[in-house]
Amino acid sequence: MHPSNDPGSADAGRPDAPLPGGPRTDRITGLPTGSAPIVAGGPIVAFDNVSKNWGDNQVLKALNFNVNPGEKVSIIGPSGSGKTTILRILMTLESPTEGQVHVDGDVLWNVKHGDKIRETKVMRATRRKIGMVFQGFNLFPHMTALENIIEAPVHVLGMNKAEARDRAAELLQLVGLGAHMNHTPPQLSGGQQQRVAIARALAMRPKVLLFDEPTSALDPELIGEVLNVIRNLANSTDMTMLMVTHEMRFAEEISDRVVMFDHGSAVESGPPEQIFKNPQEERTRAFLQAVLKH
Amino acid sequence: MIWDNAFAISIIPMLLKGLWVTIQLTLLGTLIAAVLGLVAAVIRRLNIPVVSPLVSFMVIFIRGTPLLIQAYVAFFVLPIYGISFNAFTTGVVIIGINYSAYMAEVYRSGIQGVSVGQWEAATALSLPTVRTWCRVILPQAVRTVIPMLGNYLIQMFKDSAVLSAITVVELMATAQSIGTSTYRYLEPLTMAGALFLLVSYPASRLVNKLERRYAPKQ
Repeated sequence: MHPSNDPGSADAGRPDAPLPGGPRTDRITGLPTGSAPIVAGGPIVAFDNVSKNWGDNQVLKALNFNVNPGEKVSIIGPSGSGKTTILRILMTLESPTEGQVHVDGDVLWNVKHGDKIRETKVMRATRRKIGMVFQGFNLFPHMTALENIIEAPVHVLGMNKAEARDRAAELLQLVGLGAHMNHTPPQLSGGQQQRVAIARALAMRPKVLLFDEPTSALDPELIGEVLNVIRNLANSTDMTMLMVTHEMRFAEEISDRVVMFDHGSAVESGPPEQIFKNPQEERTRAFLQAVLKH
Repeated sequence: MIWDNAFAISIIPMLLKGLWVTIQLTLLGTLIAAVLGLVAAVIRRLNIPVVSPLVSFMVIFIRGTPLLIQAYVAFFVLPIYGISFNAFTTGVVIIGINYSAYMAEVYRSGIQGVSVGQWEAATALSLPTVRTWCRVILPQAVRTVIPMLGNYLIQMFKDSAVLSAITVVELMATAQSIGTSTYRYLEPLTMAGALFLLVSYPASRLVNKLERRYAPKQ
């Protein structure tokens, strides 16, 4: 289902024009639009020498990895290659064993080997620039779709409730669920839950949105509706998107850049045409052959 | 000893008075236990240095000693050190504290039952810790343990008879005092038992209903 084809979407014919006199902002990210997304200054996400060990198992090996503002990057690779760990470190769900991570110029992690990990004020502030969509949706099951979405804007950003509700309704329409505001997650299909989860992440106006295998937990017939929403986002916002996925064709279609991971390192990085049509590395070739065969 | 119907009927008002005290003990005790138990479970989970281990120790200590001894100490020993309350208040507080240790374990299982994904979603949304607990974790955790809390309420209802030992005049103590003054134990004790059953049986049925209602949805 294409979101804008949803009969419940009153948004379809809505002019995108901003209020007179107001600056033109992106409806989804709340960031100014019209200007080139890449501003002077470095990458929006920067991993410097980041390692992650689980006991003897080195999940990430002195990783250096950058993402530019507005870039849509897909991370592919065999399971256990460390690709999900990158997202989890960015979301502060896991800590690196060593290394630095900067987001939008601010420190997220600065860990030396053997440091004791604790949450800092700086980390908490930096974390707000990031949003995440989980494989298992992780909606709050005892709240309606609308309550799920307004929870953080109201209690983290301090937005007033009426404003948060309006915005949540708008976001639900954007993901084609305008008619499902008052449904709770158990009343929604997996695909619908994931779309609510995307709306919930967007409500915080993140600069960087992470997708951790967003369709892996879905029945095959529900994958399309979620991919449609992500595709629309990718095409219509300046938001930086970082996605771990097994949907190779989708990655090829929406990404500015695809990064192949194996054994904790980025093996190859390049535009989707290169990675999928003309991979330079043997390991990329072998991986793609294995996953695209069936 | 032969059952005397007329005598049995004559003591009903006294026994009902005792039953009412028992019900009050149970409801107030459950309230204390439910709140203290929740606080204890959360503190243990927060892993606060010194405080969390102390709470853990208290839970083990309370669970490891009989309610009767705790009640005796509170009622007969503490007054020596200047801490004294009437029998009813002491009884409510002691049984409440005693059960809070068990309820803390129940809450703990409920909190553990909330999926890691819920914590991760709260982190991803930068929800403050207090908000995460109160709005995300506890509503889900408490919901799943409501039937277990109900079972403890029923158990407390029967256990409160122990408090007759510290002179709380509840149902059991009433039956005993009727026995000592009339030398007839058959009727008062039998009827006290029947009254316990009369309340606890429907209560158990109610808990079973709650169990079905709050069973985790698949």
